[in-house]
Amino acid sequence: MSGFRKSIQESIPALRRYARSLTRDAEIADDLVQDTLVRALRSEHLFHGEDTRSWLYTILTNLNRNRLRTLARRPLHAPLADGDAAGMAGPESGQRDIERALASLVPEQRAVLMLVVLEGLSYREIAEVQGVPIGTVMSRLARARAQIKSYLDGERPALRRIK
Amino acid sequence: MIDRSIPVTDDELHAYVDGQLPADRVAAVEAWLASHPDDMARVATWRAQAEAIRARYASVADEPVPSRFNLETLASADRSWRRMAAVAAAVAFIVGGAGGWFAHAGYDRARGATPGGYDTFTADAMKAYRLYAVEVRHPVEVPASDAQHLVDWLSKRVGYPLSAPDLNAAGLKLVGGRLLPGPTGPAAFFMYENAAGERYTLYCGKSTAPDTSLRYREGNRASAVYWKSDEVAYVVSGQSDGEKLRNVATIAYEQIDRRPPRG
Repeated sequence: MSGFRKSIQESIPALRRYARSLTRDAEIADDLVQDTLVRALRSEHLFHGEDTRSWLYTILTNLNRNRLRTLARRPLHAPLADGDAAGMAGPESGQRDIERALASLVPEQRAVLMLVVLEGLSYREIAEVQGVPIGTVMSRLARARAQIKSYLDGERPALRRIK
Repeated sequence: MIDRSIPVTDDELHAYVDGQLPADRVAAVEAWLASHPDDMARVATWRAQAEAIRARYASVADEPVPSRFNLETLASADRSWRRMAAVAAAVAFIVGGAGGWFAHAGYDRARGATPGGYDTFTADAMKAYRLYAVEVRHPVEVPASDAQHLVDWLSKRVGYPLSAPDLNAAGLKLVGGRLLPGPTGPAAFFMYENAAGERYTLYCGKSTAPDTSLRYREGNRASAVYWKSDEVAYVVSGQSDGEKLRNVATIAYEQIDRRPPRG
């Protein structure tokens, strides 16, 4: 296997993790990863030993943005999984809370937070992935964290009332 | 010694939580937190968020990789799919040729003598961009591997010798193209893509509107640059990053404009 393919192969678990954190839906997430891999392989001949990691995150981030644009033009259907979330209790409920808090973020902010917290990219690498100045990355990160806090602060009492 | 004279910024608090703070500022930030309980509480909240996110998603990377991600299989499936697409496009061209001509004549009559001006051309081009730029599997009818055929075919249908500009200078490669209905008749649509998967399109068709140089229009999810030269109106569309788009449009404009005039 070429060095290029090997480095892509090694990135698959991390790409799946990143995609899952962006979409909440394992099927859609894996479709995004597959499309990312196909695109990367098509550009194999353009490659001269650069770092593939940020590049793969860039492709996946762009594909996800394209996907959300397509969705935005269709009538909205709430995912079925949301319906039973309020009834959950126990150790699972904390995970549901964070999932829903993340779903309340605008896509660019969510991507920044995931790339920092989950994927361990530097702020500079994220600026390159999103094609924005580093200051924009910092303000997206700050807004994401503030939004999650206010979502979770407001969310918990509402959940108790439902139960 | 800890330098307490430089105030700690919010960005530094984030960098501290994320382990991206320069080593020579760590002590200063920690000293600041010790005397600023509100900031300390924010830092604790952000850490708890990060923990919750990792608790939820980190384990995905430990799952065994499904066989659908086998790179050899993906690469060869993609190659054979693209060969099939090229054959299908050639068949569609042969079958569609005769019927298309009559449809075209009717279309022109229905439109009357409306010239394709700036507004209609740009609107149609941006619609086409938004429709096809998101396509993963079928973005074009004829792939770039068949570029000569693509250009000959579209030139014939549009009724003007077109070319697909070389946008390598902007990091863009031709994906392929397709034929579309335009404001004044058939329109040619060329799609380009960079290594990151961002797409730009060139939409062109005959127009009797007056010649113009580059005109920029910003939209919600797409932006466009229009110009009219000789008998043809051109629109380059892309994502709403004005700077990049103008650069791409300028390269295309200069190449197209440099060609000798028709006849």
